[in-house]
Amino acid sequence: MLRVLGGIGAQVLAILAAVGRVAIYAGDTLRHLVTPPFYGREFLNALLQIGWLSLPVVGLTAVFTGGALALQIYAGGSRFDAAAVVPQIVAIGMVRELGPVLVGLMIAARVTSSIAAEIATMKVTEQIDALVTLSTHPMKYLTVPRVLAGLVTVPLLVGVGDVIGIFGGYQVAVRSLGFNAATYLQNTVDFLEPLDVISSLVKGAAFGVIATLMGCYSGMNSGRGAQGVGAATKSSVEAASVLILAANFLLTGVFFSA
Amino acid sequence: MIRFDDVHKAFGSNHVLRGVTLDVPKGESMVIIGGSGTGKSVALKCVLGLVVPDSGVILVDGKPAGAGDREAFLARFGMLFQGGALFDSLPVWQNVAFRLMRGALKRPAAEAKEIAIEKLRRVGLSPDVADRLPAELSGGMQKRVGLARAIAAEPEIIFFDEPTTGLDPIMAGVINDLIREIVVEMGATAMTITHDMSSVRAIADRVAMLHGGVIRWTGPVAEMDGSGDPYVDQFIHGRAEGPIAAVR
Repeated sequence: MLRVLGGIGAQVLAILAAVGRVAIYAGDTLRHLVTPPFYGREFLNALLQIGWLSLPVVGLTAVFTGGALALQIYAGGSRFDAAAVVPQIVAIGMVRELGPVLVGLMIAARVTSSIAAEIATMKVTEQIDALVTLSTHPMKYLTVPRVLAGLVTVPLLVGVGDVIGIFGGYQVAVRSLGFNAATYLQNTVDFLEPLDVISSLVKGAAFGVIATLMGCYSGMNSGRGAQGVGAATKSSVEAASVLILAANFLLTGVFFSA
Repeated sequence: MIRFDDVHKAFGSNHVLRGVTLDVPKGESMVIIGGSGTGKSVALKCVLGLVVPDSGVILVDGKPAGAGDREAFLARFGMLFQGGALFDSLPVWQNVAFRLMRGALKRPAAEAKEIAIEKLRRVGLSPDVADRLPAELSGGMQKRVGLARAIAAEPEIIFFDEPTTGLDPIMAGVINDLIREIVVEMGATAMTITHDMSSVRAIADRVAMLHGGVIRWTGPVAEMDGSGDPYVDQFIHGRAEGPIAAVR
């Protein structure tokens, strides 16, 4: 019994220590974010990699989710004569929850894994040490541009995802479920409130920081060899996904609990 | 001059350096020899602050290593890494000119590229290599690009970490000759770590042997064969029998 409790205690301590290390890393990132030098070229490259090149996967995820959501709401709503609420629920569902969460998770899958694998490989092949010997701080050169790009681009991706998701629901509703196009759009616009959009974009910013920060942290702290790179990549995606879902719960509470 | 004074470093229960004391005179080429895992790379990395010693002092020209402006301190060094450590997302010329494109030594891109091409030429690579990515080069070419990067900003002190590992004997000879020429030409202080004895004889002014976490012997390369130290003797002749255990 004592051995079991000891094992649980050790696990809890390990988790708390990991949380502490991530918090210190986040603090260091913030410190380097506000002190020069700033690597503009790296930032632009990160904008391209994280933002622009993620658009296709974000768009496809959103359009299929919006379409499926419209079908589900229509099927469920028909049971108690509420099928007409499809535009409102699709809009609310996409903007408040599914848009930010699914974009966040897609970014965790696509961007966090890529950042973690790239930086871990750089560590294993001594490229991080080489950066230091070339008078370049790895936090400033590798972490800050990526985290800043996540903060800037993921809210935009979420906004695009929200619009495309609503468009997916619209297409299904108008083409398959017999909704009037103009009425559908009018209901969508009337029902959405500014707070819905603001909460969506704030969630996007938070998820962007989480996804990029966890990629950088795991990469910088990877073990040796191919196994170390693989473990860093896996743990970065796991941690980013769980933290995104936890942050989503907290932010939903902050915005909509009243 | 670089001075190691009773430097200790352990990783967990593995005590790698157990009191390294060594002087590397200014303008000389010091080669540290020793078996794999004896802490040669750790000693180099301690100077650059990549690894922090547990105790002891490292002085560079009389001042503690890393004290004061870190960027200015590191600007005095160039380093050739064992695997090249080239940035694979950047073309070759940007690797070579990395230090010249940012920080205190920053200059216009065209000028930086010109210097990079000149340094590539210095290590025997043609200008058409400049726009290729490191992954498109052979191991020997990558090593030469790493060498060009190490000397691009004309540092006062250059570190070479296993410069010939993984190269065929002819390419190893080319790299050894290049290192010797560059060190003499630039008047730089050089520290090389290797267990390739042909490298030692080609590069070194002085040799130090690291074993058991301490410097077992140090002296001019000409005296290495007659050192009288059984560890040095076993190592330089590559004998399986002797005081150094073959299985470690």
